[in-house]
Amino acid sequence: MLKQTEGSHAVAEAVALCRPEVICAYPISPQTHIVEALGGMVKSGALERCEFINVESEFAAMSVAIGASAAGARAYTATASQGLLYMAEAVFNASGLGLPIVMTVANRAIGAPINIWNDHTDAMSQRDCGWIQLFAETNQEALDLHIQAFRLGEELSLPVMVCMDGFILTHAYERVDVPAQGQVDAWLPPFEPRQVLDPADPVSIGAMVGPEAFTEVRYLAHVKQMRALELIPGWAEEFRGAFGRESGGLLHSYRTEDADTVVVALGSVLGTIKDTVDEMRRDGAKIGVLGITCFRPWPHAAVRAALASARRVVVIEKSLAVGLGGIVSANVRTSFTGRPDAVHAVIAGLGGRAITRASLGQAFAAALGGTLEPLSFLDLDRALVERALAREREQRRSGPIAEGMLRDLGVVAARPG
Amino acid sequence: MFQIRIHGRGGQGVVTAAEMLSVAAFREGRHAQAFPSFGSERTGAPVVAFCRLDEREIRLREPVLQPDALIIQDPTLLHQVDVFGGLAGDGYVLINTSRSFEALGVGEVAHRLRAERVRTVPATEFALKHVGRPLPNAALLGGFAAVSGRISLDAVAAAIREKFGGKVGEGNVAAAREAYAFVRGALPEASHAQAD
Repeated sequence: MLKQTEGSHAVAEAVALCRPEVICAYPISPQTHIVEALGGMVKSGALERCEFINVESEFAAMSVAIGASAAGARAYTATASQGLLYMAEAVFNASGLGLPIVMTVANRAIGAPINIWNDHTDAMSQRDCGWIQLFAETNQEALDLHIQAFRLGEELSLPVMVCMDGFILTHAYERVDVPAQGQVDAWLPPFEPRQVLDPADPVSIGAMVGPEAFTEVRYLAHVKQMRALELIPGWAEEFRGAFGRESGGLLHSYRTEDADTVVVALGSVLGTIKDTVDEMRRDGAKIGVLGITCFRPWPHAAVRAALASARRVVVIEKSLAVGLGGIVSANVRTSFTGRPDAVHAVIAGLGGRAITRASLGQAFAAALGGTLEPLSFLDLDRALVERALAREREQRRSGPIAEGMLRDLGVVAARPG
Repeated sequence: MFQIRIHGRGGQGVVTAAEMLSVAAFREGRHAQAFPSFGSERTGAPVVAFCRLDEREIRLREPVLQPDALIIQDPTLLHQVDVFGGLAGDGYVLINTSRSFEALGVGEVAHRLRAERVRTVPATEFALKHVGRPLPNAALLGGFAAVSGRISLDAVAAAIREKFGGKVGEGNVAAAREAYAFVRGALPEASHAQAD
């Protein structure tokens, strides 16, 4: 059924349609509306045979999800930002144990400085934790990816993180097609765990493993995650047949057929990038877009094929690996057969800075003109940075950087006292 | 694509207004996207919300930088925030006030624009009368329907009922209808905001 609704609410409806049996969550913006809506559905009885557990922290949320999943329940939670970091130890445990929990990450920056706005730093900090990571471009895709995530995770016995841009998607009202319960039931079979804590057939889960088998357990985790690369394309096809729309898959290419420049990105910024690329196409630029839906496992062969005829690649990325530069671009370079220096990282949208068509257009034009640096920062306020550096040159006790910059901008008026 | 920017203060239902406007457009079969300017909103702090309307899927996610229409829920923002930033010469402006543009100190801005596209409406008064609370957002959508012609009053009323329901919904619909009639009634004559 077509609806005009908030992204968080659309995701809550999708999760409810997947018949979760345990939902545990701790509130943190911008994820809160999702679990709030699910809590309401459990309370009202609209979501039956589901226990909603209020926990005291994100660490507890993931721990409860681990326990629930190990007991054979379909388990779901959601978090963001510092909440994801706070549960990090349990996040590794969930994947290490092979428990198919589904978690929404409503992407948000990581402090300090504290910042509640969107970027991808939270999800990227956990990219190597053993979870499958899928990134949604629209609220429709966010809704659909949750349905796919339960099936994918349970088939492989691996947890799946569905990443959607905090605020930009979670708080946006737009049109979504919410499937009927029967459609989801037909597509998503009941959870058949590979391992379960069953008093009638007791096992222990979570053995200590020494050097004799640790490498083999980890190797198998890798092999299992890589199997997702074989399953996802076919399931996206099957999903299209059942639900009538393109959602999921490993990648989405847009206008790349004759493109010598390809822009790569993850998540909701792809929409603004496509509009920018359409304008440049009208002026004759041979530019296209590659959206990466499945970031972990990294779809090496698919990216390689999608970029095979590109002469240069511009990666717009919403996170910064301090001391390296781009994270997505570092991954793209491993799959690009052209010169490594033809892959440009453009760090954009950190801490919620708006990514505009105007600024993207300038960056893409610079790429086409051969003047784009290997690593650049979209709309960086260099004067602001220079003032902070000048302070550091002038005095040893130059003070906290963030507060100094805010004073320079006039956001905070004066020093206390 | 038609882009609307709504300015107000935390607690005035600015975000809800944008959401309701998107629902109204959806009910008319159009694509619509509503989103807030994300921040740690506090009661009384300046708040901005955006709404885009189009006949096809809306992919753009940047904030509305060049609005086709402005709805200003709180006139005390006029000299605090650059509310008119990016507004096109043929844009629409609707301000919640019982005063004139001149009295508000923005007569010059109004003169730049087409007279029939610049309107005021005492939306807070209508809300107090019909809802009993000073929440002007729904009434302003009625006024917006009248000044812009971009959305029908019926669709606005349906969106208000979808959001609120019950007595509060009906009160807000009544406030929207009165605001619509007020703005429509003022339309044929020369506005107080028009140039001599």
